[in-house]
Amino acid sequence: MAVAVRLALIVLLLLGPGGWGHTEPSRDSLREELVITPLPSGDVAATFQFRTRWDSELQREEGTDHYFLRYAVLPREVVCTENLTPWKKLLPCSSKAGLSVLLKADRLFHTSYHSQAVHIRPVCRNARCTSISWELRQTLSVVFDAFVTGQGKKDWSLFRMFSRTLTEPCPLAAESRVYVDITSSKQDNETLEVNPPPLTTYQDVILGTQKTYAVYDLLDTAVINNSRNLNLQLKWKRPPENEAPPVPFLHAQRYVSGYGLQSGELSTLLYNTHPYRAFPVLLLDTVPWYLRLYVHTLTITSKGKENKPSYIHYQPAQDRLQPHLLEMLIQLPANSVTKVSIQFERALLKWTEYTPDPNHGFYVSPSVLSALVPSIVASKPVDWEESPLFNSLFPGSDSSSYFVRLYTEPLLVNLPTPDFSMPYNVICLTCTVVAVCYGSFYNLLTRTFHIEEPSKGGLAKRLANLIRRARGVPPL
Amino acid sequence: MAANSFRPRVLTALAGLLALSFGSLADSRIEDQAEQFFRSGHTNNWAVLVCTSRFWFNYRHVANTLSVYRSVKRLGIPDSHIVLMLADDMACNARNPKPATVFSHKNMELNVYGDDVEVDYRSYEVTVENFLRVLTGRVPPGTPRSKRLLSDDRSNILIYMTGHGGNGFLKFQDSEEITNIELADAFEQMWQKRRYNELLFIIDTCQGASMYERFYSPNIMALASSQVGEDSLSHQPDPAIGVHLMDRYTFYVLEFLEEINPASQTNMNDLFQVCPKSLCVSTPGHRTDLFQRDPKNVLITDFFGSVRKVEITTETISLQPDLGIMESSNKEDQIDEERMEPLKYAEQLPVAQIIHQKPKLKDWHPPGGFILGLWALIIMVFFKTYGIKHMKFIF
Repeated sequence: MAVAVRLALIVLLLLGPGGWGHTEPSRDSLREELVITPLPSGDVAATFQFRTRWDSELQREEGTDHYFLRYAVLPREVVCTENLTPWKKLLPCSSKAGLSVLLKADRLFHTSYHSQAVHIRPVCRNARCTSISWELRQTLSVVFDAFVTGQGKKDWSLFRMFSRTLTEPCPLAAESRVYVDITSSKQDNETLEVNPPPLTTYQDVILGTQKTYAVYDLLDTAVINNSRNLNLQLKWKRPPENEAPPVPFLHAQRYVSGYGLQSGELSTLLYNTHPYRAFPVLLLDTVPWYLRLYVHTLTITSKGKENKPSYIHYQPAQDRLQPHLLEMLIQLPANSVTKVSIQFERALLKWTEYTPDPNHGFYVSPSVLSALVPSIVASKPVDWEESPLFNSLFPGSDSSSYFVRLYTEPLLVNLPTPDFSMPYNVICLTCTVVAVCYGSFYNLLTRTFHIEEPSKGGLAKRLANLIRRARGVPPL
Repeated sequence: MAANSFRPRVLTALAGLLALSFGSLADSRIEDQAEQFFRSGHTNNWAVLVCTSRFWFNYRHVANTLSVYRSVKRLGIPDSHIVLMLADDMACNARNPKPATVFSHKNMELNVYGDDVEVDYRSYEVTVENFLRVLTGRVPPGTPRSKRLLSDDRSNILIYMTGHGGNGFLKFQDSEEITNIELADAFEQMWQKRRYNELLFIIDTCQGASMYERFYSPNIMALASSQVGEDSLSHQPDPAIGVHLMDRYTFYVLEFLEEINPASQTNMNDLFQVCPKSLCVSTPGHRTDLFQRDPKNVLITDFFGSVRKVEITTETISLQPDLGIMESSNKEDQIDEERMEPLKYAEQLPVAQIIHQKPKLKDWHPPGGFILGLWALIIMVFFKTYGIKHMKFIF
C-alpha cells in the first residue's frame, strides 16, 4: 500500500513541470545525415555526418587565447576497422539504429577513398561569446568504385553499397535524413532516376554552385513503407556522358625533387583556375625536424613573377623536440599556378631512432590549405539551424565565396640509413681479436709447465704383464 | 552366558559401523566444500595478446593473434580487459585482396578480424619496452586506460605471444628481441607487485619451449608450440591471398576453442592434448610445476573466458527519488526553453584579421651561454690590447 502511494507520487513528480515528453527539440540533440552524390565517372560518393550538441555551463572570457592553440599531425596512419570501432562508439545510437547501421567495415574499406573525422568546436550562444555550446561532428566519406566493387555496373542501391538497408531512425535523433544529389538529373532531364521517388527536394547553393537534392526523412512515416525498410536505388537512364568533370577553382599538388640522400627540394603547386577572380589561401606546412629547411631558399612565384605573401609566420624546428611550422597567407592571382618551393637537407638520425623498416622512408605530413573560394552563384544568407549539416560544416559569412580546406598528398622521403648490422659485426670482430691475440699472449705469459711422471700403468697393464711373464715374453 | 555377552558386543559393533558410515558421509561433504574452496580464486580476467612480426609475409602471425582475440572475446572477456598488440596492419594492407578482413582458413571461411576489433598497440608501438611496461604497469602518466593492464591480485591473465623466435629469445619487429630471462623477470615483478592470481602463458614460435624454461614465479602455467631445436610450422597457404594464413598449433587451438562455450567444463588437460605431433609436426610442450592447482581442475574458461560466479538473492531494495536533483533538472529545462537565441559559429578564415595582426610580443630572455661567452671574449681582447686604464671611462 505504502509502495503504491510512493509510486504514484513518483509518477506525479515525473509528469510535473517540463518532465515527461516535452515537444520542443532540446538543445542536446543528435542530427544525422547521409549525402549520396553520384559522380560523373559512375562512382558514388557517400558522406555520413552526425552532430551532437550540448550546452556548456561554463562562462568563458571574451576572446580566444592563442597561446593555447596547438597543431599536431601524424603523417601516416593506416585506417582500418580498428579506427572505425571507437569512432562508432561515440555515436549515441552506436551501430544499432538510424543511419549508423550502414557502417559495415568490410564495405567501407573496400572503396577507393575513405575518410573519417571527429570535429569538436564551441558555438557561441551570445554576441560576445561568453557562453557556449559544444558541438561534436563526426563525418565519414567514402567513394565506391564502380569497377572494383560494382563489377562494372553503374546502377547503385543502398544494399549494394553497404550490404544493409535503412529500417528506422535513431530514437535519440531529432533529425535523420538522406539526401541524394540529383542536380545532373534536373539539368538534362531523365539522366538519373531515383527510386523510391522523393517526397521533397531541397535546393541550395552548395560550394558555390546551385544544387538540388532529393530528401528522404526517416522520421516521416510515409518514407519507410510497409516493408519497413528503405533501399534507395539510383539508375542511370542514359549512360553518363564522358565529358570532363568541372575543374575545381582551387587544387594543389606537392612533391619532393632532387637526387641523392643529402639534400632535396619541397615544392607545392597551387592552381587557381578561376578566369578573373583572385583569392587568398592560407598555407600551413609542418615539416619534421630531420629535414632541415633552408628558409632563405623559400621562393613563391606566380606567373613567373615573385609573389610576396601578405603574412608569414615561421617557427624553426628544434632537434627531436618540435618540427618546422610555416604558415603563409598568399594571394593567388586569377588563372595562374603558384609554386612555393623550399630546399632542405636530410639529417642523420641516431641509430635507435630509426623505425624497424627505415628503408621504407619517412613521411612528411600534408600541407593544409584554407581558402575562401569565389562562388559561381551567390548564396542566400541561411539560418544555420535549419540548413542541412553538410552546409554548416564550414559555414561562410560572405555570400560571394565559400570556405574550403584542402590537404595535399603526404610525401615519402628517404633518409640516409646506417648499416644496422655494424654493432653485431663489431662485437664479433672485437671478441675474435681479444680471444685470439690477447688470449694467446696471456696464456704464453701465465702458463707454467711441469714434468709429469708417466703413470706406472693401470690394472689392465699389470694383468697383461702377469700373462706375458707366464708366457715368457718380455713385459710392456 | 556367552551368547548374552556376545549380543551387546555385536550391537556396539553395529553402532560403531553406523557411526563410521555417517562420519564418512559428513567427510565427503566436507571434501566437496574443501574442493570448492580450492577452486580458482580469481574475480576478473585479462588477456595480453601480442603479435611481434611486421611485413606482409608474416600475415599468419597477425591471424594467430586475432583468432585468440576472437575466442577470448566470444567467451566473455570485454575489450577493456584485453590488451591487443599487432605489429603490422594486414587487414587494410595494400596487398590484401579483401580489405578489412584477416582470414584463418583457406577459401576465406572465417574472418577473424571481425567488425568490432580494438587494437591497443599498433605498428611501431609494439616494442619490447612497451610490452614490459604493460606487464609491469610502469607506463607513462598519459597512457590511456585501454593501453594499460590494470590487473590486481585476483586476476587471471592470459598472455599469448607469436612471431619469430629462437632458443631463448623472441624477435620483435625485425629489430630487437626479448630473452626468456627478461620475460621471467617481468613475471616475477608482476608476482611481487601482486598483479596476477594465476597466469597462463602460450607461445607459438619456433623453439617456443625455451621461452618458459626460466620462469620461477608461482602460479604460472605455460604452453608452447614446439620444443627446443624444433621449428613451428605454418598451416596452409591461400592461393588468392598468396601467403600462409595460420600457424599449425594456433590453428588447432582455434578449432578446439571454437567448441568451448562459457558454460563448458573442459579442463587444461584437453588443451595440452591439442595438436599432437602427427598434426603439428613439432611437439607442443607445457609446464605446470609452478602451478598450484592440478591442471585437470583448471577450466579453460578460467583463462580464456570471463565467467562470473553469480549468487541470486531475493532481497529487494527500493529506490528513493532524489527530489533535489529532479527539481533542479526541471528548472534547467525551463531556463533552456526561454533562451532560444540563434547560435553563431566562429569565422572560418578571417583574412583581414590575419593580415593586420600585430606581431606577438616575445618574452625577453637574458642572453644565453654562447652570446655571453662571445661578448666576454671580445671585451677581454679589447682590454688586453688597449690596456686596463680604459676601464675607468666605463665605470
